[in-house]
Amino acid sequence: MTALACALLSSAFGVLLMSVIGHWRSASRINLGINVVTFGAALFLAVGVFEHGPILSDNKLFYVDAFNVYLILLNAFVGMTTSIFSGPYMAHERELGRVGNKRMRLYHSMFQCFLLTMLIALSTNNLGILWVAIEAATLATVLLVSLYRTHESIEAGWKYFIICGVGISQALFGTILVYFAAAKTVPGHGDGLLWTVLQANAAHMDAGVLALAFVFLLVGYGTKVGLVPLHNWLPDAHSEGPTPMSAILSGLLLNVALYALVRLKMLVDPALGNHLAGSLMMGFALLSFVVAGILLHRQYDVKRMFSYSSIEHMGLMTFAFGMGGPLATFGGLLHMIVHSLTKSAIFVTVGHASHVAGTQVIGKIRGLIRSNPPVGWGLLIGTCAIAGFPPFGVFTSEFLLFTATIKAYPWFVLPLLMGLAVAFAGLFRNVQPMVFGEPPEGQHKVDANMWPVVIHLALVLLLGISIPTFLAQWLNQATIMIVGQGVL
Amino acid sequence: MLITALSLPEQVALTLSALILLSSFLMLAQTRIDSLINTFALQGVLLFFATVIIAFISGKYDLLISAFLTLALKVIFIPGQLRRLVVRLDIRREIEVIGKPSLIMLFAGGLVLFSYYVALPIRELSLLTTRNTIAISLAVVLIGMLIIISRRKAVAQVVGFMSMENGLFFAAVVSTFGMPMVVELGIAFDVLVAVFLFGVFFFQIRTEIGSLDTDRMNRLTEVEK
Amino acid sequence: MTGWILALVQTLFVVLFAPFLVGWVKWVKCKLQNRQGPAPWQPYRDLLRLSRKQVVLANTASPIFRAAPYVVFGVTVLAASVLPTISTQLPTSSLADVIVLVGFFALARFFLALAGMDVGTAFGGMGSSREVTISSLAEPAMLMTFFTLSMYVSSTNLSSAVAFLSAAHFTLAPSLIFSFMALILVAVAETGRIPIDNPATHLELTMIHEAMILEYSGRHLLLIEWASMLKLTLYSILIVNLIVPWGVSLTLDPHDMAFAALTVLGKVMVLGLLLAIAETVQAKMRLFRAPQYLGVAFILALLGMMSHIILEVQ
Repeated sequence: MTALACALLSSAFGVLLMSVIGHWRSASRINLGINVVTFGAALFLAVGVFEHGPILSDNKLFYVDAFNVYLILLNAFVGMTTSIFSGPYMAHERELGRVGNKRMRLYHSMFQCFLLTMLIALSTNNLGILWVAIEAATLATVLLVSLYRTHESIEAGWKYFIICGVGISQALFGTILVYFAAAKTVPGHGDGLLWTVLQANAAHMDAGVLALAFVFLLVGYGTKVGLVPLHNWLPDAHSEGPTPMSAILSGLLLNVALYALVRLKMLVDPALGNHLAGSLMMGFALLSFVVAGILLHRQYDVKRMFSYSSIEHMGLMTFAFGMGGPLATFGGLLHMIVHSLTKSAIFVTVGHASHVAGTQVIGKIRGLIRSNPPVGWGLLIGTCAIAGFPPFGVFTSEFLLFTATIKAYPWFVLPLLMGLAVAFAGLFRNVQPMVFGEPPEGQHKVDANMWPVVIHLALVLLLGISIPTFLAQWLNQATIMIVGQGVL
Repeated sequence: MLITALSLPEQVALTLSALILLSSFLMLAQTRIDSLINTFALQGVLLFFATVIIAFISGKYDLLISAFLTLALKVIFIPGQLRRLVVRLDIRREIEVIGKPSLIMLFAGGLVLFSYYVALPIRELSLLTTRNTIAISLAVVLIGMLIIISRRKAVAQVVGFMSMENGLFFAAVVSTFGMPMVVELGIAFDVLVAVFLFGVFFFQIRTEIGSLDTDRMNRLTEVEK
Repeated sequence: MTGWILALVQTLFVVLFAPFLVGWVKWVKCKLQNRQGPAPWQPYRDLLRLSRKQVVLANTASPIFRAAPYVVFGVTVLAASVLPTISTQLPTSSLADVIVLVGFFALARFFLALAGMDVGTAFGGMGSSREVTISSLAEPAMLMTFFTLSMYVSSTNLSSAVAFLSAAHFTLAPSLIFSFMALILVAVAETGRIPIDNPATHLELTMIHEAMILEYSGRHLLLIEWASMLKLTLYSILIVNLIVPWGVSLTLDPHDMAFAALTVLGKVMVLGLLLAIAETVQAKMRLFRAPQYLGVAFILALLGMMSHIILEVQ
């Protein structure tokens, strides 16, 4: 518990500190330092949970088990590596005159604030606080989306604000309904939103109300996950904000929203005793997967394209969790990790690439591998990884998923495979000329820090070749928690 | 349960909830920005009184804290802030043309019916005297959404958004006599921050786009122009 | 037999009282506007004057034009006879169905509109078209209101509705509140008062009711004028007896009924006072805004019905 308190406090401290000194030259390094501390604390927390099992804080406000601790660790890790990238990126933006002192302070403090809300959302034991934290994450990032104050970025910010706000309100209604259903079975007033209490009483809660609640929750958190047809905000917000923010949005926020959804599914399933929640998730997921794969082809902005790829992968994960079953769930958990790592690596590369070319328009970014070999290679390898090439980890998790699908719903393999092929074609059609091709005049070298990319992709590669035993054990624990039985 | 079988405070609570629904309809039809904000404040007042009465009916006096939180936030702070923004942005006199108002009204009526059917299973389960109002609160949420959809002015959209929050708060009050205090405070904090951010946004939109008409926000599309 | 006689007395009472109500509203309005104004019994003098005048008929007038005043007046008097004004136990009360009442008013309006078009002047046709437009918007709201009321009291009979409401404890029912608000709005539109129509003007751009009856004179005009006064009275009685039903006699006891007559008189006059105040403080609407006004009435009626279904029954 001390470790969790450390992680939360260091983030909270970061918010305050950065709102004062965020414009210093060294601010990005201090930002990184704070994130390293958070990561260290998360690591301690993870080891503790791994060895001693779930931890519940004394006031019952925080609860950490195998499922959320690995996401906490992943969050802290991606936050840390993204802040490595954020330093030179934001310095460059500052040279271009796109942001001033005031906005640097805003940027850094909101960066920390976002990580803080993510940590709270993941570690809280209270479904109401979970909602508050996810809403707060929206509020923290909404000003980051419109950081550049251009017509497009303000439009994207407004859209993000309104669509997510409206969507997440539905989730609050769902949460109220859960509380209402719990009030019937749970003795103490005020305990009815505690996850630990709810889980113990899940089987006795009223099925009709919970089914209704889940529909609202799915719409609400599904908006944040980026499920079609509520995905409109996602490409806009990703493409118009600063790239480090796109990386953490794609790598973290979507995961956390999905985490919330899975938690609630765990609650609803025993009460309903049928597969309604799973079927709903699978339906939306499949739609998102296919639609995002097709829309990938029509994009002109490189960040938009990769955000559609995020929608596609979130669809795949939602499908996995919706399907249930140990193998699919294990695959889904693994996919969360590899997708976060790969996608944030790609956004980092894309950020550098857009600095090299001075634009985000796909048609104008050409020949990266000649003008800027590390960036070119990074983009190429990252795209290979995200498209699901062996030997990368994405391949492993997708393979697990497909195996599970063939067993449970053989016919669904067809749309999944087609969607994958379509998305693959879309990615390569756009990325290939960006990487190879003839570099146009006027590209300049940038001071690219490729370490985050290298670390992330190396990890993804490692996960593809062999999953370390402790991680496999860990994911297995989480799988047991979610579906009741493991794969190992 | 027939309304004649209820005590007078319970009848007042039901009447207030019906008036809250009416205020949602009024907001939907309101074309002037300042009267829209006033109607929103009125809804807050009704919500406050409804919460106070429900607190006394149920004997859960911690609801009074939520009630005063609502009074401070939804009646005094948010409308005041919006009014100030409207004055500073000099759009007090603007009138918005709503396309097909009667169609929207009928649609809102349909939403109320929809909420009624959605809330039926909850209503059957509950023993609270306020259970019938759950459908009303859901309808307020959905009509808030309809306000956001049918309006083009950013300020009107924000009022719709806040009205949705009103509906959610009301839902929590009538279905479970309020959420746990820590959650209640968290939500209030989020709303507060949201209002602040909306204010910031109005100025950004005004500076960059030149008008608070969200129809002008049409640059982000799937294909390059 | 006494019942029928009492019913006749009640009808006569209402029919004779009607001009006074209109005069009373005018008188209050004049006082509010700081004008001298005619006495409240001026309408009786006007009617008397009209009865002495000769009837002038247009060459193009058909029998419908001549029959219309009698039909309109007759139907309105019939409506007056079924309305539970003083007692709910009269033999006519079994006729007092709300839908029948709406039908009576519709029949009167139908003939009036026909008569307006009959002579073939531009004004008559215009008035008829406006009248029909407004009533086609007002009628759904009125019916919806009556349906809600019927659901609340479990009967479409007005007498039993009034009896039910006056026997019940004081109940704050949102559905009734909304319905009554809608009913008042509809009544204002149907009786041609401000803000929909101005009974005191002959301005061609705005007039509705007056435009239809421009061609009438003499006893025809008397009947139509009286019928429209009666319509205002009937709506007033309907509103006061539904909103504040106390005082209406539930028996045929003459003592009770005399008391009921006095209370109804008082209630209607108070309502007239309120009407005069309302007409003084607001201006007439543009004709094109009338649909909006009636839309509000309809939404209120709809909300009334929905809040009855949602909030009041289980």
